[in-house]
Amino acid sequence: MSNTKTALELELDKKPFWKKLSLFDAAWAVIVVLAGFYTYANYAALMDGYEIIILISTVISLVLSGWAWKPVRVMVLTVAGLSLFAISRYTTGLMDAETDFFLRFLFSSQSGIMWMSALYVLATLAYLVAFVARSEFTGTLATALTWSATTMGLTGLMVRWRESYLVGVDVGHIPVSNLYEVFILFSIITALLYLFYERKYQTRALGVFVLFIISGAVAFLLWYAFERDAADIQPLVPALKSYWMKIHVPANFVGYGAFALAAMVAVAYFARARAERGPADGVLMTLPSLEVLDDLMYKSIALGFAFFTLATVLGALWAAEAWGGYWSWDPKETWALIVWLNYAAWLHMRLTKGWRGKPMAAWAIIGLFVTLFAFLGVNMFLSGLHSYGEL
Amino acid sequence: MDLPKETTSKLAKKITIWVRFLGSMNLAITLLLALSIASVVGTVLQQNQGYTDYIIKFGPFWFEAFKLMGLYDVYSSSWFLFILLCLVSSTTVCIYRTAPVMLRGMRDYRQNVQLRTLQQYPDCTKWVVQQPVGDVRHVAQSILSHHGFSARFKEEKDHQLISGMKGRGSRLGYILAHLAIVFICVGGLIDGNAILKARELMGLLEPEHRNLPANKVPAISRLGLDNMAFRGSVSVPEGSQTDALFINYKDGYLVQNLPFTIEVKDFRIEHYDSGQPKSFESDLLIHDARLAAPMTQTISVNHPLIYDGHAIYQASFADGGSELELRAWPLGVVNSTAAKLQSIVGEVAPLVVSEQQWSLEMDDFRLFNIMPSEDPAKKFNNVGPSVTFKLRSKTGEAREYFNYMLPIDRDGHLYYLSGVRESPADDFRYLYIPMDDEGGVGRFVTFLGFLNDTEKMEQLITKLKLTENVLPAKEAGQVNEAMLKLVQLFLKSGFEGVETQLKKNVPLDDQQPVITLYIQVLQKILAAAYMDVLTAQGHDVSQGLDPGKAGFFTAATVAIGALERYGSPVYLQLDSFTHRQASGLQIAKAPGENLVYPGCAMLIVGIFLMFYAPQKRLWVWLQQTDKGLELTLVGQSSKNKMDFSKQYQDISAQFERVLIS
Repeated sequence: MSNTKTALELELDKKPFWKKLSLFDAAWAVIVVLAGFYTYANYAALMDGYEIIILISTVISLVLSGWAWKPVRVMVLTVAGLSLFAISRYTTGLMDAETDFFLRFLFSSQSGIMWMSALYVLATLAYLVAFVARSEFTGTLATALTWSATTMGLTGLMVRWRESYLVGVDVGHIPVSNLYEVFILFSIITALLYLFYERKYQTRALGVFVLFIISGAVAFLLWYAFERDAADIQPLVPALKSYWMKIHVPANFVGYGAFALAAMVAVAYFARARAERGPADGVLMTLPSLEVLDDLMYKSIALGFAFFTLATVLGALWAAEAWGGYWSWDPKETWALIVWLNYAAWLHMRLTKGWRGKPMAAWAIIGLFVTLFAFLGVNMFLSGLHSYGEL
Repeated sequence: MDLPKETTSKLAKKITIWVRFLGSMNLAITLLLALSIASVVGTVLQQNQGYTDYIIKFGPFWFEAFKLMGLYDVYSSSWFLFILLCLVSSTTVCIYRTAPVMLRGMRDYRQNVQLRTLQQYPDCTKWVVQQPVGDVRHVAQSILSHHGFSARFKEEKDHQLISGMKGRGSRLGYILAHLAIVFICVGGLIDGNAILKARELMGLLEPEHRNLPANKVPAISRLGLDNMAFRGSVSVPEGSQTDALFINYKDGYLVQNLPFTIEVKDFRIEHYDSGQPKSFESDLLIHDARLAAPMTQTISVNHPLIYDGHAIYQASFADGGSELELRAWPLGVVNSTAAKLQSIVGEVAPLVVSEQQWSLEMDDFRLFNIMPSEDPAKKFNNVGPSVTFKLRSKTGEAREYFNYMLPIDRDGHLYYLSGVRESPADDFRYLYIPMDDEGGVGRFVTFLGFLNDTEKMEQLITKLKLTENVLPAKEAGQVNEAMLKLVQLFLKSGFEGVETQLKKNVPLDDQQPVITLYIQVLQKILAAAYMDVLTAQGHDVSQGLDPGKAGFFTAATVAIGALERYGSPVYLQLDSFTHRQASGLQIAKAPGENLVYPGCAMLIVGIFLMFYAPQKRLWVWLQQTDKGLELTLVGQSSKNKMDFSKQYQDISAQFERVLIS
């Protein structure tokens, strides 16, 4: 008995939760909380009550996600360091972006975002090489490139946030207010979701698929920036001046990012399903098994659906405050509903009717096109209250 | 109930079939997809436009067909509401049928399960252990609770069973999420205009089409205080008040009375440095007999006032009847002088120009006009106030004009710009009137008048003696008459018109030299006339013209050439104004919110619970056999089966390490 008892005690290590945290975990929490306090102390005057709640929630979720997903800490600290450095280089005003070496070539929001774009494209190529050549080293490089791209993108957004205040204190706003800015956000969130699953499932084979769509987004971003001069910081129209933007838009893009990820996993599903019929050592057979792909597809759609629901509800609440009603059947709203209904049907099909495999994968890909229309097509072809990024 | 037994059972059977149909998953999925496709229709076809727009777009046949299908207001059409109602019923039946099972499942530890059943689950492991049964039980219970499973113990004759369960939230989530759909849809239906449609069908309501003030609208188009839900708008000039608002309905509108009066004391727009609007604010006063004193409140975009169940929003702004002082310059009239004119935005007044009756409809006044800047350092430029008005002739035809108050710089010269268009669908085409040295349009109008003065022009042409040095010697009188006609042709249709006319009359071979010659002569005459005008105004032109005056001439001749297309007998110059704005308020009463908002909360909580707290079960079956105590560990999960399998592997490894090694 005593044997069993010790074995049991050994097994059920009953240390309280906080004792399981390492010194690094603790340090992380302290740093984030201090940064939160610093932000509050310096910028409380610019925030309303809701924004203070958002700040507190950000601190909490950063601490927790850092504990749950260690590499994120390195990225957040790097982003913070680079952003602070970049901001410190702005001494006289926005013109510094032209004259200061670091700003001009590395960390002004424009440069940061260009670096992000280049690095994502490089990462896509690296994933492709790693996949085809089955090179472990190139795979590691690809992952590093994706992390770097994400870091640069986030730094770019952070610096842009500051730059908007340099345009004018009354102009300043979080950079999620137009199509250009949310495309950056989309790339970053999709990449982060992918990196999370890459680690969880210990496979880099999906990288080329997911990074492909990010490269697509980057291509659009560059076209939009250079052809349409979309990169300029514009002041907000009165309807957008609200704390709701800080939560509605990011929540939406977790949804969009997850749906995009699901669709690309679905493409991989088809590739793998095809390879099953070929030789067992084909390149495509290095993709995760059909079962895993199916599971991953479901997980990202579930995640996307949950956040998309949250975002749509937040949007409705915001609309009730800004437009005079929680639902106006505005084209963007309606298309959000269409996306939602589509994935609701998908989830019902899978969870209650037990559908699996190719039809669901095909549906996930169609879902991406529906999502893409809600995200881009509405701005291109339809007009309405939501016309914040016109092509 | 006196029904024969057979009938009741038949009825019961029918009901069962219907309930089964309504609650079926196939129907639910079909409805979800049907609703999404139906929603697409309303985004492709622009909703709630004027019926005339649709007639133009689709033609009379398809206009009627689409109208019959309710495509101009899809989201309140009967078929759309029908789909929505089906979805609500389907979901309700679904909840009704599954909720009790779910709730039971949440409490049910499934302690009566058979070993045979358990062994069919994929996650199932069996060991024979040597420890006493009490210890094994303790181990099993400890491990289960360590992983967050709550457990129940049951002892039977031949076996003991520990049933563990985790993630009951999943089932609660299911119920919450589906109940939420019912809440949201029902709330939405209450706030939608289904009730109005019903009243219209019964003939109790009829939309008004005429442009009337709220108090003149007949009772059939008015909604009383008993109307539960509405959303409408009203434009209130500063210093005025309203106790009614307008609801757009079909191709007309309805008037909704309010139980209180809203007064707009002041309306303000703030601008960014770049000139774009930054905020809209209104100071409101609520007058209500139930209030001891009027309530004051400032509203702005994103910050509405909620009063007495009504939400009052800052939605837009408009002109609230600005008072304008204008000068009317008759065009093409000899010795033209400006007539002073007073007007109020929104009013229609007669205007007599050259003994002709016109009516002047003053539509809008704008204090700011933001234009892309020519200065590279600035993106935008404020070019100052403008007025928009229509001039309607006696026959009822109207053109719309858009006049800036201040001159605008184009390539270094200043012009008074006046836009004109025939229909609201067109863009404005602009007339550029060059500004004179006094900063006005006086010289332009005088020059134009001079050119129209036949007597003076005759003298001028005679004085120029064109026959002697340029033109072939014919009879001078004939030539002069021809030249006068040329000037008149120019006044009518500009240089282009002269060219077109000449192309028609001159044989092809000689065209180019003849045209050049005629234009040169015309230029000469115009220049001479211009010199005369300048001299008459007291300018010394003996030393030639300075670049400003020369540029003026070129611009003036271009503008004169365009006057025919400008189409107005008069140029209205805005002199001064008293700005009066109107605040556009949107007022909504949406009692459905009380269902929709809790519904939204339930939906979010429900969905997160469903996905991230899946119900998991573990059973530990203990049974004495000849070889010793047999332990069977079985796991089962409703969702995320792959993840659960992994967790199961970990747990079963723990069992193995503790009990076997």
